[in-house]
Amino acid sequence: MRPFDYHRATDLDDASGHLNASTQIIAGGTNLLDLMKLQVMTPQQLVDINRIDGLDRIEPEGEGLRIGALVPNSDLAGDERIRRNYPVLSRALLAGASGQLRNKATTGGNLLQRTRCPYFYETAMPCNKRDPGTGCAARGGATRMNAVLGVSEHCIAAHPSDMAVGMRVLGAEVEIRRADGSHTRKTLDELYSLPGERPDIETTLSPDDIITAVILPAPVAPSVQSYRKVRDRASYAFALVSVAAVVQVEGGKITRADLAFGGIASRPWRDPAVEAMLVGETPSIDLFRAAGKRLVAAAETQPGNAFKLPMVRRTLAGVLAEATGLSEPTTGTDNVGEIA
Amino acid sequence: MAERNPPQSVTLNVNGTSETLEVDTRVTLLDALRDHLNLTGTKKGCDHGQCGACTVMVNGRRINSCLTLAVMHEGDEITTIEGIGTPEAPSDMQRAFVTCDGFQCGYCTPGQVMSGTAVLEEFRQGWPSHVSKDLTGNADFNDEELAERMSGNLCRCSAYPGIRQAITSVATKTKEAAE
Amino acid sequence: MTDMFRMDKPQPRLFDETVQGVIGKPLDRPEGLLKVTGRAPYAAEVPEANMVHGVLVRSTITRGRLTGIDKSALEGLSGILGVIRSPEFVRNSAQGMANEAPIQPEDHVAYFGQPMALVVAETFEAARDGAHRLRLSYETEHAEIDPTTTSEIDTKPDSFGDLDSAMAQADVTIDQKYSTPGQVSAAMEPHASIAWWEGDNVTLRGSYQMLRFNRNELADSLGIDPENVRILSPYVGGGFGSKLGIGSEAVAAAIAARELGRPVRVVMSRQHVFDMVLRRSETHQRLRLAAKADGTLLGIGHEDRVSNLPGEEFSEPTAMATHFMYGGENRLYNHEIARIHRTPSGSVRAPGEAVGMLALESAMDELAEVAGIDPVELRLRNLPEKHPEKGVPFSSRRFEDCLREGAKEFGWENRTPTASRREGDWFIGCGMSGAGRANMLVPSEARVTLEGDRAIVETDMTDIGTGSYAILTQIAAELLGLPMDRVETRLGDTRFPGASGSGGSVGAGSSGSSVFLAAKKIRARLAEAMGCAEEDLTLQDGIARSGNIQKPLSELAATAMTEEGGIKPGAMGKEFFQAGFGAHFVEIGVNAITGEARVRRMLGVFSAGRILNEKTATSQCIGGMVWGLGAALTEELQHDPRTGGIVSRDLANYHVASHADVPMIDVRLLPERDDQANPMQAKGIGELGISGAGAAVTNAIYNACGVRIRDFPATPDKIIAGLEALGR
Repeated sequence: MRPFDYHRATDLDDASGHLNASTQIIAGGTNLLDLMKLQVMTPQQLVDINRIDGLDRIEPEGEGLRIGALVPNSDLAGDERIRRNYPVLSRALLAGASGQLRNKATTGGNLLQRTRCPYFYETAMPCNKRDPGTGCAARGGATRMNAVLGVSEHCIAAHPSDMAVGMRVLGAEVEIRRADGSHTRKTLDELYSLPGERPDIETTLSPDDIITAVILPAPVAPSVQSYRKVRDRASYAFALVSVAAVVQVEGGKITRADLAFGGIASRPWRDPAVEAMLVGETPSIDLFRAAGKRLVAAAETQPGNAFKLPMVRRTLAGVLAEATGLSEPTTGTDNVGEIA
Repeated sequence: MAERNPPQSVTLNVNGTSETLEVDTRVTLLDALRDHLNLTGTKKGCDHGQCGACTVMVNGRRINSCLTLAVMHEGDEITTIEGIGTPEAPSDMQRAFVTCDGFQCGYCTPGQVMSGTAVLEEFRQGWPSHVSKDLTGNADFNDEELAERMSGNLCRCSAYPGIRQAITSVATKTKEAAE
Repeated sequence: MTDMFRMDKPQPRLFDETVQGVIGKPLDRPEGLLKVTGRAPYAAEVPEANMVHGVLVRSTITRGRLTGIDKSALEGLSGILGVIRSPEFVRNSAQGMANEAPIQPEDHVAYFGQPMALVVAETFEAARDGAHRLRLSYETEHAEIDPTTTSEIDTKPDSFGDLDSAMAQADVTIDQKYSTPGQVSAAMEPHASIAWWEGDNVTLRGSYQMLRFNRNELADSLGIDPENVRILSPYVGGGFGSKLGIGSEAVAAAIAARELGRPVRVVMSRQHVFDMVLRRSETHQRLRLAAKADGTLLGIGHEDRVSNLPGEEFSEPTAMATHFMYGGENRLYNHEIARIHRTPSGSVRAPGEAVGMLALESAMDELAEVAGIDPVELRLRNLPEKHPEKGVPFSSRRFEDCLREGAKEFGWENRTPTASRREGDWFIGCGMSGAGRANMLVPSEARVTLEGDRAIVETDMTDIGTGSYAILTQIAAELLGLPMDRVETRLGDTRFPGASGSGGSVGAGSSGSSVFLAAKKIRARLAEAMGCAEEDLTLQDGIARSGNIQKPLSELAATAMTEEGGIKPGAMGKEFFQAGFGAHFVEIGVNAITGEARVRRMLGVFSAGRILNEKTATSQCIGGMVWGLGAALTEELQHDPRTGGIVSRDLANYHVASHADVPMIDVRLLPERDDQANPMQAKGIGELGISGAGAAVTNAIYNACGVRIRDFPATPDKIIAGLEALGR
């Protein structure tokens, strides 16, 4: 960890005034400090936003919810409204990290977690995300935790967040405060960049932007929601593959099949074409297998992560079977009833 | 330049005692406890939030003290293993760990005790977990739930069964006392 | 010098005569309350006045020579005291019981991650920053890093009879390859040392398993007399082999303390523990079994390839247990050591058995399948009368009872045919394996003092979580007739008599015997004071009795009685083969969709001579079994294919089992007395639990879903590949 100045921001104006390309916001800090200790990240100043009032609340917003950026993962997962109306988000959060980390990690910070690619962490080897232009050591390296979708010649890192997968399937929007005090909103599709030529640029945020909240749209009700995470250890491990689903079936046909994927892509992944081929169809295992094939049709695999293709195909089929009633629901699949 | 940034003052309330420290901004809460306050019961196993040995409670909640800075905790209530009990007056949880042999080398143990203590409160408050069958009700207290909730605390001696026996015995005793 | 009792004859069972009633009991650990309240001081936790902090710098090339150190990036950083580098720096930890310095490579680099220098600063934060910024330059040399293709291979063949003929004549045969990845100890306490000098004397507060050896290793590394070295390790936060030999952090701390004239603390980061501490070698194994139709073995072949750095003495003794577990006249071994440039390998809990038994016990399961014989029955049909190669009898062996009683308790007869039991998305199956671990005796000494009705035990033995404090206290209390709280056991100081140390499961038997022998000498003096024969003396709760005479120890030992005891191996170790045995039974669920495997039940039944403390012995067995579970399902070192460096170098990427991976585990310890092992009739138990455990897990996976995992660990991707191959 390099020396840095520490500033405890009193309000958003104060925080914003301290932000530039060489500073970092610190909220939970569970990923930032991890990376700073290894000098993967070397900010000259940390701007602590934890004491800013009003960012730690979950409030109604229209028919949806406004989740303050500082709401800890534990609180969000445990919130009655989230558990009842957005269970896929609760499940995604609870599948991530550990009890201790969820108590500290925040909603805003979780969205901005950085990849767990071991070469991003290994400062003795090249990494275009860490040191632009140096190359990608993951190619030709150990790639078990790397992505197969949304990758580029320059980077095959996977986005590690479970929560963001839950957010993405729900169509959440991020509320951003600009340096001039204005607010704007972005979908996660708009928030996350693909690695392309510049894997170091992971979002469309400016250095002086502050994520202030995440907005959930009205609940999808009734629906079946599911989050399934496959990992190398029963708990406390990053996803090899994860699948989030919000599904509606009416009159024997699938009327909605919102799907998001973790562990396999450079950002929380959605594929409209896969969803479109499900909607209007009668649920069947063959259909789900075809959807899985479609999902990974453009995948680029490495020897160490080619297993993710069958794994995600199978997991998707299993999730859809539960969500459409073809098989018995297991833990992780929840019903959302009509909103009273 | 930030190459020689001055120490900052921070006041922590540790186990009920107010402690004012002058620390380098880089000092983690863990290192502040261990190296500045000589409270070495909180352990450093990985320094990256990957083992749970450094678990303490901040304002009543368990966190990894290795992944937070001391200067971020101005005025916070910190509870460490030293604040849970002493060899002369151990907590029920600490006594149960001894009885159930919920440790071997003892290094992860303070973190396990802190988590075990916090987990019982999390159950009491009705928090769900990854293995909860139904998200809308309160989770049952059972070994599967307990194991999931304790999984942020690694034990290489693998005293897991004894650890969970110890926590379960305290939970059972607490429940009986309440009834 | 202590007179050393040589273990040449079977020993009488004194513990079956004594009446204090503490030996064997499931008593709490005497140091338990210190540990659970955070008051037990580990190596890094007793700061010396004026202490400064060192952080190691690793090599970032695989092989070559250091040509320069660029300190310019450290200029202007506050608190930096210096960059320490010395020809005395060691390349890696000493191998267990090396008793001399590890290789001191000077400027040579032999692996990616080798300790090269130490940055010392007033604070840990400054030292860590400086260590990250220091730039080393190198001349690189070509390095071979792949054990399967490397050109330099040492070969150690061994055979009995003619295995090829046996394979040709057999009714059923198995010829399969198995592989296991590198693994690490991953003790929860990272390696840590605080060193300080007083004149020519250095004191090291470290985290070590075998102080008698470590002291000589540190002295040899520093080029000083062992008399000038004192090592303190009263509490060790786990070892599992990784703290057997003196490590680079200790040597660097001592050198820096000497150069700077101040106490220096060096704590390895978790990543450095992966880089610089000895790993367990990966293995590539070929198992051949030749059997008659009834399952009787005609022969066993166990060939293996492991790896280590050129020049390292140790090699993973993969086939260790294959030599004695099962019969069969025709036996063939070929042990290959690939010389490669990766973090060197060394002892990790149960070297040999931990990985060799994965293959042997998997192969036995495959043989049972092919021969159509129940796996328990197959093992029962192949118990050799004597050691199948040495021809000597077993000292005591209740392997058959472990198998039979385990099968009964587990409900083995309810096991269903392969891939026939399904609960929702889960295939359910059961598997079993045998367990065996050789028992050894290592010279060990201890001192016991009885003063009034209090006793003190002193030895440089360590307690790495194994329960040394508990059992040594029990041994002295039992023999001296004292309640536990009247005996204080002091460990982990080289000023005390030299013990075996903790490693190879020898600690309880060896150091326990030294305490036993010292206490027994005090018993003899008490008998003399009582005017009776030793065998007529009864000691209980501080009172000595003989016939109708009784006197309190407070009177008999009003003047302190101090005795030293020592033991060393003798004829019994040659005339008998001594080992602990056991059997593992596992029920597992395999997710039919995702390939995740979750152990649902696990039972281990063991016989290891007299159990000294049922509680700590059970914990040791559970620990070993969980290690087996981890080896079967999650643990894997990944090396970069270009540098050989360890990629999975933290606890997020190297998956030791978590709570959620481990069900409540059942352990049964069968009563046994091994008169040939030592005067206590006890055998080692710290490594027995891991032996075979992982194979029971993968054998259960096969029974559950029909997928045979031969490339460990059985991660979901491999199970999915197996399921897809079966069309499932």
